[in-house]
Amino acid sequence: MPTAPAVKKKTGRSGMKKVLGNKKAIALFVVPAFIVYTIVVIAPIAVSFYYSFFSGTPGLKWEFVGMKNFLRPFQDSRFRDALFVNLRYIGFVMVGQVGLGLCMALLFRFWLKRFKNLIRTLLFFPVVLPTVAVGQLFAKIYEIQPNYGLLNSLLANIGLQQYVHAWIGEMDTALPSLIVMDIWSAIGFHAVILYGAILDISDDVIEAAAIDGAGSFQLFRYILAPLLRPMIVTCAIFSFSGTVKMFESAKALTGGGPGNATKSLSMYMYEVAFNYNKVGYGSVIALFIFLMCIVGSFIIGLFDTKEDI
Amino acid sequence: MTKIKKITPKSIISKVVIALVLIIDVYPIFWLLTASVKRNSEWVDYPAYALPKGFYWQNYVEAWTRGHMATFFKNSLIDTLISLIFIVIFSTTVSFACVKMQWKLKKSVARYFQIGIMVPVATSLIPLYQMFVRTKLTNTYFSLIITYIAFGLSLSIFLMTGYLRTMPNDMFEAAVIDGCDIYKLMYYIVVPMMKNAIVTVLVLQFFFKWNDLLFSMTFISKSELKTVQTGLLYFSDEFGSKNWGAIFASISMSILPMLFLYTFLNKAIIEGMTAGAVKG
Repeated sequence: MPTAPAVKKKTGRSGMKKVLGNKKAIALFVVPAFIVYTIVVIAPIAVSFYYSFFSGTPGLKWEFVGMKNFLRPFQDSRFRDALFVNLRYIGFVMVGQVGLGLCMALLFRFWLKRFKNLIRTLLFFPVVLPTVAVGQLFAKIYEIQPNYGLLNSLLANIGLQQYVHAWIGEMDTALPSLIVMDIWSAIGFHAVILYGAILDISDDVIEAAAIDGAGSFQLFRYILAPLLRPMIVTCAIFSFSGTVKMFESAKALTGGGPGNATKSLSMYMYEVAFNYNKVGYGSVIALFIFLMCIVGSFIIGLFDTKEDI
Repeated sequence: MTKIKKITPKSIISKVVIALVLIIDVYPIFWLLTASVKRNSEWVDYPAYALPKGFYWQNYVEAWTRGHMATFFKNSLIDTLISLIFIVIFSTTVSFACVKMQWKLKKSVARYFQIGIMVPVATSLIPLYQMFVRTKLTNTYFSLIITYIAFGLSLSIFLMTGYLRTMPNDMFEAAVIDGCDIYKLMYYIVVPMMKNAIVTVLVLQFFFKWNDLLFSMTFISKSELKTVQTGLLYFSDEFGSKNWGAIFASISMSILPMLFLYTFLNKAIIEGMTAGAVKG
């Protein structure tokens, strides 16, 4: 405001101070949200911690048991199974979502000449679908009884009859089937983000490397990978925080089965707390998931700063 | 561009690969929509990938009425829309207060609101359920709406404070000189200026709330109050696993709002949903 008269500016400043320092307005703006957020999001973490020292159900046979609940995961083979399922799921889905997402983004950048927007729009489409709908859809794709689902009917028709089987009904293939589904549904998200990051790299840099004789692999290894690193880490964190919670998609596709083949920690926690009413032990598992979330994100975050160019 | 062409191998391979990726990506959705108008007998007589022999809309009628999809839709709409309104109001006011207004604790409060981004839903679930049981609030719209609002705040405030920090103060100063008080300033200046951020928050939170399963299956057991996602999950029980037509119709129905929104707003939706990653 170069032409504003000095006097007016002065009253403006003090007026600004009065308006922006309005205590009543600040309270009105912040306090309701603060209360709701504190009661619903933050306080339950503390309450979970408190619950974890008790056995039984609040109000019914509620006894203080000290650290006993914290020791239980070590002897509980079902906890171990759920943790193992969850970790395998996290590993494969993260590699699939971020790795294949990156491949797809590179494909867009270097191989795709026309219809970029249309194809981007199509690839992002599965991302917006509700998880439960995707789970139910894939349950039908993998179906074998009463009739063949999409996958089995295609296999049977192209002469691969020996591969037809109950994809989500068998121990060995249930988790991989779930992993494939979750990669399918989120890959567009990562591809679009990484594609945006690739577009931020100027053409000059890439052309200069090509002129210097860099092959595709070298171009990726020495130019693209270092420049894309922050965004790859961001994608990894997103993918991790989605997969560490593993619940909805497994619930919708397999319900945790067959047996416990796809039962995640969250699902086991749910079962312990709501089906067996062991609130204390359930809370310990809930806190464990919280801890996993924080530690995992922290570890992935470490990759962000190191070895910058 | 010629240099780039040199890096890539034959263009035929590239076209085949891209076509394959697209088919894998879109075909399941196409199959879902076409399968939803098949008669049940078609599943027995023809392979699953076959196209429908006609449009059997009765599947939709059955899902909508006998399958209670009408009720589930109404509930999802009520829960989602009311919580969206409050999320936008709360996150706009809190963000403005924490970025542009002058008070001592504003930085700590902004940081406090960000803790929630890290909290997995599962961690709060047990205490919340106990709280709603004691206050007799399970099986109410209120329990879901208040939870949706609270869990929508962290990311929304994070996005909005980021947006507000890049916004110059000139406009506010001019408005104050013209005699605006804080409420008028908020209504006439801040909200219109933050239109883009508000749209982003709306898009993102709409998808999160509409897709929620964990909270609604925990707090709601009455079928009159179930949302689309919980309804869908228990759908197979209601229809038995044999009535594929109605199941496909109900799944299709549950994705139709997304399909519809996405067709018209795909650019805004892609930007909105990736905003958390790109701006973070």
